[in-house]
Amino acid sequence: MDFNDTPEEAAFRAEARTWLEQNAKPFEGGGDENTPTFNEAEQLKRGKAWQKKKAEAGYAAITWPKEFGGMGGTPIQSVIYNQEEAKYDVPRGFFTIGLGMCIPTMMSYATKQQLERYVAPALQGEEIWCQLFSEPSAGSDVAGLKTRCVQEGDEWVVNGQKVWTSGAHYSDYGILVARSDPKAPKHKGLTFFFLDMKSQGVEVRPIKQISGASNFNEVYFTDVRIPDSQRLGEIGEGWKVALTTLMHERLAIGGGSGGVDIREIMELAQGLDLEDGPAIANAAVREKIADWYVRSKGLQYTRYRTLTALSKGETPGPESSIGKVVGAPKLQEISSFGMEMEDMGGILVDKADAPLEAAMQESFLWAPGIRIAGGTDEILRNIIAERVLGLPGDIRVDKDVPYDELPSGS
Amino acid sequence: MNFDFSDDQKFLKDQANKFLTEQCPTAVPRGVLEGEGAFDAKLWDGIKEQGWLGVTIPEEFGGLGLGHLELCVIAEEMGRALAPVPFSSTVYLAAEALLLAGSDEQKQTYLPKIASGELIGTFALAEGAKVPTPQSLETKLAGGKLSGTKIPVPDGDVADFAVVAAVTDSAGEASSVALSIVDLTDKGVSREAVKTIDPSRSHAAVTFDGAEADALGAVDAGWSLTRAVFDRAAVLFAFEQVGGADRCLEMAKEYATGRYAFGRQIGSFQAIKHKLADMYIKNQLARSNAYYGAWALSTDAPELPIAAAGARISATEAFDYASKETIQTHGGIGFTWEMDCHLFLRRAKLLSLCVGGARGWKDRLIAALERRNVA
Repeated sequence: MDFNDTPEEAAFRAEARTWLEQNAKPFEGGGDENTPTFNEAEQLKRGKAWQKKKAEAGYAAITWPKEFGGMGGTPIQSVIYNQEEAKYDVPRGFFTIGLGMCIPTMMSYATKQQLERYVAPALQGEEIWCQLFSEPSAGSDVAGLKTRCVQEGDEWVVNGQKVWTSGAHYSDYGILVARSDPKAPKHKGLTFFFLDMKSQGVEVRPIKQISGASNFNEVYFTDVRIPDSQRLGEIGEGWKVALTTLMHERLAIGGGSGGVDIREIMELAQGLDLEDGPAIANAAVREKIADWYVRSKGLQYTRYRTLTALSKGETPGPESSIGKVVGAPKLQEISSFGMEMEDMGGILVDKADAPLEAAMQESFLWAPGIRIAGGTDEILRNIIAERVLGLPGDIRVDKDVPYDELPSGS
Repeated sequence: MNFDFSDDQKFLKDQANKFLTEQCPTAVPRGVLEGEGAFDAKLWDGIKEQGWLGVTIPEEFGGLGLGHLELCVIAEEMGRALAPVPFSSTVYLAAEALLLAGSDEQKQTYLPKIASGELIGTFALAEGAKVPTPQSLETKLAGGKLSGTKIPVPDGDVADFAVVAAVTDSAGEASSVALSIVDLTDKGVSREAVKTIDPSRSHAAVTFDGAEADALGAVDAGWSLTRAVFDRAAVLFAFEQVGGADRCLEMAKEYATGRYAFGRQIGSFQAIKHKLADMYIKNQLARSNAYYGAWALSTDAPELPIAAAGARISATEAFDYASKETIQTHGGIGFTWEMDCHLFLRRAKLLSLCVGGARGWKDRLIAALERRNVA
């Protein structure tokens, strides 16, 4: 039992380090520049340039086969590269959805010509992709979506609305699932496409979140025409294609939730005084921090177990599924308690007024979204219960009923 | 990254699982619980034959000379099986204390006989319903003689010797606690079994009245040695807790699949699914924290106090939750004597307190983090 690289991993890490030293600059003063306050257009330009550099060196898609411009490497090499890259001040995030979910779906369903056209520009950072699944009335139950697609000759006409689309406002292409047959049961009447986000009738609007910031969009479709050649999978089999995407989503997401954790709550408790002296000396404070510590470390060591499996070339066990369902409520609890320690002043949100530049307040308004995005706490528990523990599925009242006869509450 | 047990260690775990599945079905701890003796002698003999008592004892002292990782995998299976034998007292506590602080002569005297199963040992710290501290301990060591009462002492009624923590003359200071080895058959020792929350593991009140004490370690190092022994034992107990918690989840899962109510399997209700998912989550966190403890213990890492506390807090939470929620999942039948659920509820509570409750470990964890000044 140790935390060391194998000789091959160490060699790969050394190569990655050398390349990063020559091509990226380390963080100065520890600040992460990937915050929404930065100029996004400027950031996007930097992101595209960095992506191109990475792609040329083979680091943009380490696990992809070489025929698609990847490195033909292993998942553990991908993890090692990301660990090393995280030490550098480089723009991240613009390509995660495209390269992690959209293009892998294309690889399973698009034609050879389409792949020749779209894969390389996505990898090089020239074109950005987004995913158009969730709708106002279809979140956890995404197969219940309403957006309609109707075939007219060799085109499809799409009308409806998508929501929570990250990056739609700067995306060039998107993958879309829409309802082609409302008379079929809901999973059977869906069809899957990719489309040009500049198509006529596509309108992207930012969503204002509870914090006031906008990190996601809603996307409206009004008589948007998509060539039938951009259909992925058979008509009515869109759900099957969507499951491919969602499988990749689980692989792509699953890291940290962002926001405050043990380091921040310790720093706050060591710097604040309560009624009876330093907060860190207070028994109730100590007990809470200890509880979060074992959850935080438990997740970290669970990731170590997953990495061990990857390092041995094995498939990781189901334990990797607990990350977000533990991390998100922990983030919410820590940030809320941090504000409580600040007492009456805890309501202050200006960086100048609140300790740690208002990190607790910022996380407090971010955490509710993390408990929902990419699978709610409740859906994740269902998944653990059914797929990991093998408990019976829920009794479904919508399985064999035509979509247009389902109660919708509207 | 190699954060896992080796193939050999996994093989040992499988062997332990097979042995205990055969030799220690729940009827065995139940037998002890219902008064068929202080421990299960047949199982104890089998464990001696397996050589598990000497896993961490060096070969020069008659042991197998393997490491703590091997002991961790055995501990998990012992916990899963609720093994009703004086294994933890002898191996996690007495042998660890001797390995840490024993003179060569003491090691020669005790370790070979621990490894062979001739001697049962234990560690006596608690003095009733209070937190044992250098300030609160009343058992005294003076002129090489011990006086005072320790209660509860795990396996105190059957152990041949005990490591005893006692205050020396200058009571009230941390440095005033000393450890001694005491022959429990000495004429200055009287002992009596006591009733506990988990009668499948025996405990005693042990009274010393001028009993002969053989100093273990430096006379002023008793308290820091006690903490060091408990850090080591905490990791091993965490594995027992993880084993027990996993077994509880399996029982709950099996029942939730086979039991029908309102015309369906109760495991198809989200209220039950989410409860079992939470058990799974806590068990996985506990297992991962226990692995880190195992790494720190097996490498004698400076992180051991933090790793041990993390393992103990997480494993205590997991087994506590799993043992009570498996009863809840079973409903009324889970509250009956005949069902095995209560064996796990009892063991979970015993293990959660045996080297001190989670509250104290949380306090020590934060103290260690403060010292390290990095979280």
